[in-house]
Parts: sequence; structure tokens; C-alpha cells
Amino acid sequence: MDRQEQFRKQVRVIYQLLKVVVSIIIIVAIAGIYLIVDPSFSVFKKSAPDSAYIVVQEDEEDRIENGIHVRSGLVEAEGLMEVVNNCTNCHSSKLVIQNRMTAERWIATIRWMQETQNLWDLGGNEEIIVNYLVTNYPPIKKGRRENLRNVEWYDLQN
Amino acid sequence: MERRNFVKKVVLGSMATIIGADIVFGSTMLEGYQPLALQDPDPFKMFNKDKQMEVLNDKPWNIEAKAHLLDEKITSNNYMFIRNNGLVPDAIDSNEWTLTIDGESAKELKTYTLAELQTKFPQYTYQLTLECGGNGRSEFDPPAKGNQWTVGAVSCAKWTGVRLRDILEDVGIKDSAVYIGYHAVDAHLSRDPKKEPISRGAPIAKALQDETLVAFKMNGQDIPLVHGYPLRLVAGGWPASVSGKWVNRISVRDKVHDGTKMTGTAYRVPCEPVAPGEKVKDEDMCIIESMPVKSLITYPKSGAIIKKGNKLNIRGHAWAGELEVTKMEYSIDFGATWIAVSVEKPVNRLAWQHFDATIDFPKKGYYEVWSRATDSQGYSQPMLVPGWNPKGYLNNACHRIAVKVE
Repeated sequence: MDRQEQFRKQVRVIYQLLKVVVSIIIIVAIAGIYLIVDPSFSVFKKSAPDSAYIVVQEDEEDRIENGIHVRSGLVEAEGLMEVVNNCTNCHSSKLVIQNRMTAERWIATIRWMQETQNLWDLGGNEEIIVNYLVTNYPPIKKGRRENLRNVEWYDLQN
Repeated sequence: MERRNFVKKVVLGSMATIIGADIVFGSTMLEGYQPLALQDPDPFKMFNKDKQMEVLNDKPWNIEAKAHLLDEKITSNNYMFIRNNGLVPDAIDSNEWTLTIDGESAKELKTYTLAELQTKFPQYTYQLTLECGGNGRSEFDPPAKGNQWTVGAVSCAKWTGVRLRDILEDVGIKDSAVYIGYHAVDAHLSRDPKKEPISRGAPIAKALQDETLVAFKMNGQDIPLVHGYPLRLVAGGWPASVSGKWVNRISVRDKVHDGTKMTGTAYRVPCEPVAPGEKVKDEDMCIIESMPVKSLITYPKSGAIIKKGNKLNIRGHAWAGELEVTKMEYSIDFGATWIAVSVEKPVNRLAWQHFDATIDFPKKGYYEVWSRATDSQGYSQPMLVPGWNPKGYLNNACHRIAVKVE
């Protein structure tokens, strides 16, 4: 009986020891990993300017100025975020803005992107996106040759 | 930056699991990093381009020059347009770079290191006109899909390299060879590794021309990264998309190369002329080969105001794809009268040619100076936008600048 009790005690001591050792190993491992990721302990330096910076950036994300979504340059109108979220992942919004098409040709372009460029099924967003595009970026009639536009005049000294 | 962020998230996440509590400031750290990644890089600094260049697209990068920026006889990098279909590769080690020749009609598969190419074959330097097939697209009505280039997607730099013909002869090509197609390391916009952003080519006859180079130098220096460092196929006079950048493999094909942007409607125009806006079936579209005759007035910049009695000096370049420009004219009365001016011979085949003139204006007022080049087969630049095509290629309408005489 006594010996059994003694054995139990020994096991308990070893078990406690093991727990301590394992805990130490885990703590050291965590500290080690942390040091690799962030050797300068920047996480704990939560200075005031840093948080101010973060706040500004968060606002900046989808800021609208003079009717333009600043981040993408797209016109603010119904469907803007659907366009931003579905049409600016692979290519720039600049490609959207410089193109002028009818609904039929936009849909054909979407199909082409789905067939060859890994664009996903847009579901109900397709109609919203196409409506946004034809409303805000309609084709402009140019005829066979346009007048020269936006000429910047300057004096040329000979 | 993104990868590090991801590692951070994962590590912090697993740390949180171990500790059994959220890392309070961890989220702050991640937020703080995110915006830096969102910041736009400055393309002018990144690619060494003049600030007056026009950024049409930043993903992929597409940047064009303006007529007056192309005044140099040999286009320097600062004014060279950028046309990319995919993402510019990074971390290129030219010491590790190889070029493999393969394909159904190659007698064997052969791989050369860059150093082998440079020592094994004689080197040649040519000034070669590279114009984007879609240069001038912005003028088509109804508008054509794609980057809306105006006039600045053309350049004529000096390219140094070895002849593709010498390499192909070293490998040996079978009689069945009809086309070559290039492959390169740039990634597709969707980052799908199975997709090539572009893999075009040319018929064997073009591949075997003296001036078709596998180039490693532009204007005497390493090719800038965005223009194809360390190795670029250069085929002057054809749509610049034939001149593949970052090339590491060229396939000798026994059929017309069927890589990305060789098929469908890409770099193709209707085989037979169509009405503006007409639908054209894929099988009725034909591959563009030589670019058409064209010219640019590069001096003065459009918008010059001169005093009555002063003469105006103009100058510019003219080119004609595979052909030569044999006649150059200008008009100050919208084509009612044309005045012939002399045009220099090209420094080598497929290089642009230069012209200049001195203009005397009869009275005060608003003028446009129009330039018109004619090629060795008698084809001239049209004053109107030429035949409409679904993708808006080959607009070689006369260039014009506005001038006021006061």
C-alpha cells in the first residue's frame, strides 16, 4: 500500500515537472516566433501618431471626393462598389474608365473575361455593373475624325 | 509586403490559439501595414519615364508618349511607351537565364544560357520601329475595346542582340516549320500560373529576317526591366506584341502559333472590310502582319502660337512597317493642297525615317499642319480614320498639330 502511494507521489512529481518543462518550452517557442516576426517589438509600441495614421487610412479606403471614388477614380453612382469589388481585382479601374461600350458589348466583354481570364460568375451583380457602366461611361459619338481637343496654346519663339 | 503580412497574420493567429486570447495590439500592427501596400508606386520613377508620359493603365502597366516627346531620332527609354499584357516579372537573375528552342519543327530541343547566346553568335545592332497594333485606337467610332492609345505607342530604339535565324540554324529546323511562337515569364493578371498573358509569334519568313533579333541590349545598355530584361524578341515593323519580352522559350511550330493573343480577335482585323460596329466572326478575322505607313510631327508641340511673318520649322518621323517611306507631304489647308518635303533614308531597314520642313503661313489665323507619308507600294495615310475593326487596330490616319498665327 505504502509503496504504491509512494510510487503515485513520484509519478505526480514527474508529471508536475513535465508540465513546467513543457510550459517553459511553449513560452520560449512563442517568444522565439515572435522575435522572428517582429524583432523590434513594434506591436507594443502603440504610439499616438500611429493610431492617427491608421484612422486616416481607413477613411481613405472608400473616400468620395467631388463625386469620384478616390481610390479607383470611378464615378460615385449606384453600382460603384459592385464595380470596384468585381472589376478591379485583375486589372486597373483605369481600363474600365477609358472604355466606352453599349450594354451588349459590355456583356460580351464580361463573357470573354469569364471564358478566358478567370472572371467569376457575377450573378445578380452583372446587371448592376452593366447598368453602372452604360449610365456613367456611355459611348461618345466621334464620327470619322474629331476636332483637335484640349490644345494647350503657347508662344513659340523662333 | 503581402506575403509578410500573411505570415504575420498566420503567426499571430496561431499565437492567439496557443495563448487562448486575442493579441490585443496585433490587429493594430496589421492595420498599420496594410495601407503601405495600398500606396501607389510612382511609375515614372519605377520605369524611369518622363513625367509628361500618359499612364493609361496601371494594372497591367500601359503608358504612352505624346508626339512631341518622340522628337529624338533614337527613342530613349524615358519616352518609350510601355505596353504590358500581364504583370512585370521581378527577381530576374540574368546569370540563370536560359533560352530554349523547341516545337514540332525544331530538329532538337536546345537550351542556351544568356552567356552562350552572347558568345556563340555574332551580334548585330539595328534601330527598329516598334508600334503597338492598337496605337490610335482612341479614334475609332464606335469605340473599340482596350487601352485607348492616341498617337504615342511607337518607338524606334537601337536594339542589340543575335539573329534569331542564327539560333534556329544552330538548332536546325524542319521543312515543316511555318511559324515561331515565344513564351515568357510574365504572370497572368489573374495570377493563374497555368495562363500565359501573351504568347505571340511570326511566320518563319519574318523569323529568319536579318533584323529579327533576340536582343539583350537597348540603346547600348541592358534592356530596362519593363521592356523585357534580360532577353527580348525584336521584330521591327510588325505589331510590337510580336516582340515578346522576358522571353525564355521559342517554339518552332508546324502550324500558325496558337498561343495567347494569337487566336480569336486579338491582333486581328476583319479579312474583308466591315461597316463600323459590325459583328465579325472569329474565323473571319485575319492576323495583322506588317504595320501600315504612318508619320508623326514631333516638333513643334501642338498648340504653337507664332507671329505673322515668322516661318515655322516642323520635323518628325515616318515609317511603313516592312516597307520604306518614299514620299512625305504636309498640308496647312486640310488637304486641299499638299507640299512634298524630302524624307531621309532609314539608317537600316525597319527604322523610322525623318523629315523636316519650313512653313510660311499666308495670313493670320488658326491652322492645322497635317503630315502624310506614302510607302514604296504607293499606299498613303488616310486623312480619316481608316477601316473600322472590332479591336481598333491599325489607325494610321494623318497626324496633325494645331498652330495659330497672330
